[in-house]
Amino acid sequence: MTPTLTPELIRQHGLSEEEFERIKSILGREPNFTELGVFSVMWSEHCSYKNTRRELRKFPTTGRKVLVKAGEENAGVIDIGDGWAVAFKMESHNHPSAVEPFQGAATGVGGIIRDIFTMGARPVFLMNSLRFGPVQSDSATARQNRKLLRGVVAGIAHYGNCIGVPTIGGEVYFDESYNGNPLVNVFCLGILKRTEIARGAASGVGNAVFYVGSETGRDGLAGAAFASRDLTEESKADRPAVQVGDPFRGKLLLEACLELLTSGAVAGIQDMGAAGLTCSTCETASRGGTGVQIDLALVPKRETGMSPYEILLSESQERMLIIVRSGEEERVKEIFEKWDLPYSKVGVVTDDGFMRVLDQGSVEVEIPAKKLAEDAPIYEREVAVPPAPEAIAVSDLPFHDPKESLLQLLGHPTIASKNWIFRQYDHTVRAGTVVPPGSDAAVFYVREADKYLAATTDCNHLYCRLDPREGAKIAVAEAARNLACSGAVPLAVTDNLNFGNPYRPENFWQLREAVEGLAEACRRFETPVTGGNVSLYNESPQGAIDPTPTVGMVGLIEDERWITRQYFRDEGDVIFLVGSIGDEIGGSLFLKTVYGKKAGRPPRLDFDRELALQEFVQAVIRKGIVKSAHDCSEGGLAVALAEACISGAQKIGAKITLPASNQRVDVLLFNESQSRIIVSVAGDGIEALQRQAAQMQVPLIQLGRVGDASLEIETATGALSWPLDQLHETWYNSVALALSQQDL
Amino acid sequence: MKIAVVRFPGSNCDQDCLRALTDGLGVRAEYVWHKETSVAGYDAVILPGGFSYGDYLRCGAIAAFSPVMQSVIKAAQTGMPVFGICNGFQILCETGLLRGALIRNRSLLFLCQPVSLKLENNRTPFTRLSEEGTILSMPIAHGEGAYYADDQTLRELEEGGQVVFRYVDQHGQPTPEANPNGSRNNIAGICNPSGNVLGIMPHPDRSWDHRLGSEDGLQLFRSLVDTLLSVAA
Repeated sequence: MTPTLTPELIRQHGLSEEEFERIKSILGREPNFTELGVFSVMWSEHCSYKNTRRELRKFPTTGRKVLVKAGEENAGVIDIGDGWAVAFKMESHNHPSAVEPFQGAATGVGGIIRDIFTMGARPVFLMNSLRFGPVQSDSATARQNRKLLRGVVAGIAHYGNCIGVPTIGGEVYFDESYNGNPLVNVFCLGILKRTEIARGAASGVGNAVFYVGSETGRDGLAGAAFASRDLTEESKADRPAVQVGDPFRGKLLLEACLELLTSGAVAGIQDMGAAGLTCSTCETASRGGTGVQIDLALVPKRETGMSPYEILLSESQERMLIIVRSGEEERVKEIFEKWDLPYSKVGVVTDDGFMRVLDQGSVEVEIPAKKLAEDAPIYEREVAVPPAPEAIAVSDLPFHDPKESLLQLLGHPTIASKNWIFRQYDHTVRAGTVVPPGSDAAVFYVREADKYLAATTDCNHLYCRLDPREGAKIAVAEAARNLACSGAVPLAVTDNLNFGNPYRPENFWQLREAVEGLAEACRRFETPVTGGNVSLYNESPQGAIDPTPTVGMVGLIEDERWITRQYFRDEGDVIFLVGSIGDEIGGSLFLKTVYGKKAGRPPRLDFDRELALQEFVQAVIRKGIVKSAHDCSEGGLAVALAEACISGAQKIGAKITLPASNQRVDVLLFNESQSRIIVSVAGDGIEALQRQAAQMQVPLIQLGRVGDASLEIETATGALSWPLDQLHETWYNSVALALSQQDL
Repeated sequence: MKIAVVRFPGSNCDQDCLRALTDGLGVRAEYVWHKETSVAGYDAVILPGGFSYGDYLRCGAIAAFSPVMQSVIKAAQTGMPVFGICNGFQILCETGLLRGALIRNRSLLFLCQPVSLKLENNRTPFTRLSEEGTILSMPIAHGEGAYYADDQTLRELEEGGQVVFRYVDQHGQPTPEANPNGSRNNIAGICNPSGNVLGIMPHPDRSWDHRLGSEDGLQLFRSLVDTLLSVAA
């Protein structure tokens, strides 16, 4: 029985009265129940970006190397030379992961992989940016956070390992603001020939529309709409909105689709992700300037008695819509039978511009496709500017023993080694991982293209909380810096904007500031935004998460000899700090970890200084002068030095003398001023390094020497010393210890 | 000379194995689809890693009954070299060509990390170019890689020299700490009594190129090729 469209039912579908009026004017009549569902998912924030579209337009999206722009297709495509291109994108699965961490994260990985091979690209690696509440204490909240983390990691491993795409890097942060609302942002990159980009358009009137892949079931019903609401206690009842992933089917679908794409039979291809069959039919029609007509009786189904509403809104995984050139239908049959996958011709491309769905011979849905896909209302949300944060006065902070503080920082799960996590991800399949997880950037050798790619994800939420604009700029700068340290030149960016409910003006202000910060930084670093994802409504009963505009950046390393790692290599090498010693402790992890304060003004980013620094590091890497390069980020100089000592296969010490200063020693050690990189050079490289620095007018401070079995730092007020074993033990085991606790 | 790399649905190291042979050694290797019923015309068979048929039952259990495996079993029985890596090792145990089983890692977690292996038998087609006692570095990547066999079987394997690779520490000692997954006797790889069937959990197909941090795996493929060439000659 079809329900009557009451105001209550319309509200439950997340549509306002104005939006309902707009639907009526598009249709020239009242929608039926199925059509209401279709509009509801297509006009959800997840699919329509109705609250953020105006902001997203601020991003730079063009560039010499951009082959497919943001928003044009499922993922952006960037030229990497010699006829090759990469497609990459980052997407969130925050809401599903909060209620069902394993499947939520697993289907996040499946979804982003489909986005990439939809472009005709073979997925070659994955990364992820994860955020959880604290996991170390005995509290019920920490137990819950551990449960979420174990589930998310297992889910990512389940899907990524089985489908055979290595997970080679990323980041994991821990902070109270993510209690109950973890962030799961997954990234995938694929490789393709630049002439073989596949398109998601339903072109060619009369071409057949094929449904391929898994059967449609009742899982993931209206997941896109679910992801566009606040998470509440009742969200657990939304578990049916979480999809279930089958990486084996995903692998078959991937291989079958790539095989079909090379056969030349495909006119258009689109994955069924958010909003499933609905989204894929109306978007392909809209892009093609055509119409699509499908018959629900022909859709492969897993269950009986599914209503049109359920079939159209299901987000069952591992499904694709393929527009096949007429005369080539046998190819689809041949290839999908070879891979033992369901396929069905479900419809045809029409010339009338309608998304038309037939059920039992009658028309169930008839909506102008372009209006459905592109004419969602666009809103300008209200902003409220909060008071600027107060600066921190160092004199108000009681002095703590820096020896202790460094250990506290190294043991903080945000800084500590994530080996317990990345060991669970297959990061060596496809035989291309050159720099594995745990360095500034991961480096991957794409064998088919003979290219070295570096990739990283970055975002410091503490800075973004205190100053979203500056924090967003720093996220881009740090990503570029990480790539520069690994020997790469940054190419482009994908971003994942994770924010709270946009209807709260203070949240929307954060979003706008962050977008403008990202946009400015991407312009300065000449890294266009090629796509990404917006995840709003990240709220738990305690309030909105810290604003988290995660940046995924990809770079190219032109020569294998330029690949550089973050850790010290040989006894006797000389250590330099490129950049100044710094003094900004606002928003630092030191302030949070040692004093429990998320406060102060975060560090400022000076673009000119940062660009000069990165150019310098790229230059000295190319000249073969430096043996290691590591950027200073969370935990400042002291943590960066410790990591350079202990993060390699072989631990090696360092003896450092800090220049004289009138700053307090803890400020010197742990401040997070930007634009700083630690490099090490062999004795005979010192002169060349200094010459290059003088020539490029980059500040260079000689810090000390590599060697021995401890980290020693000599300051004006005395010497500090940590045995390497103690540093390593603290840093290496902290996350593993927290997560191997038995939580019954 | 032509080497078959079997592709099951869900194989994901097929390309890595093929490239180790073609790019690493410049020999001819081809994919053979799981629905094929013959491996005639090939001189050796590689069963690559991955999750054959999804591994939703027991790892390798369905693959053991695939059409292609029936011909691989017959070929193995007549002496053709058959090399199972990771999921391939699991499949070989399921077919009975190798004894014992691979069960879940001691930690119950999937593990991807480099390991050190000691070569203990260089009388197989896959190891003949290396000295016994050589220590090799390769990555593992598995959730179910703990080798298990009962005491009697274990004794027979040990006495028959069928333990080909063992997990060891940097000094070559098979310590409990060097055992990543809880394998009995630190066993990483075994062969059949005549040595022409080898199964190992670590990945030579991910350690054949200097870029990957180790080229130790190439030696296994090189030995195989050397064996095939010497047979031909």
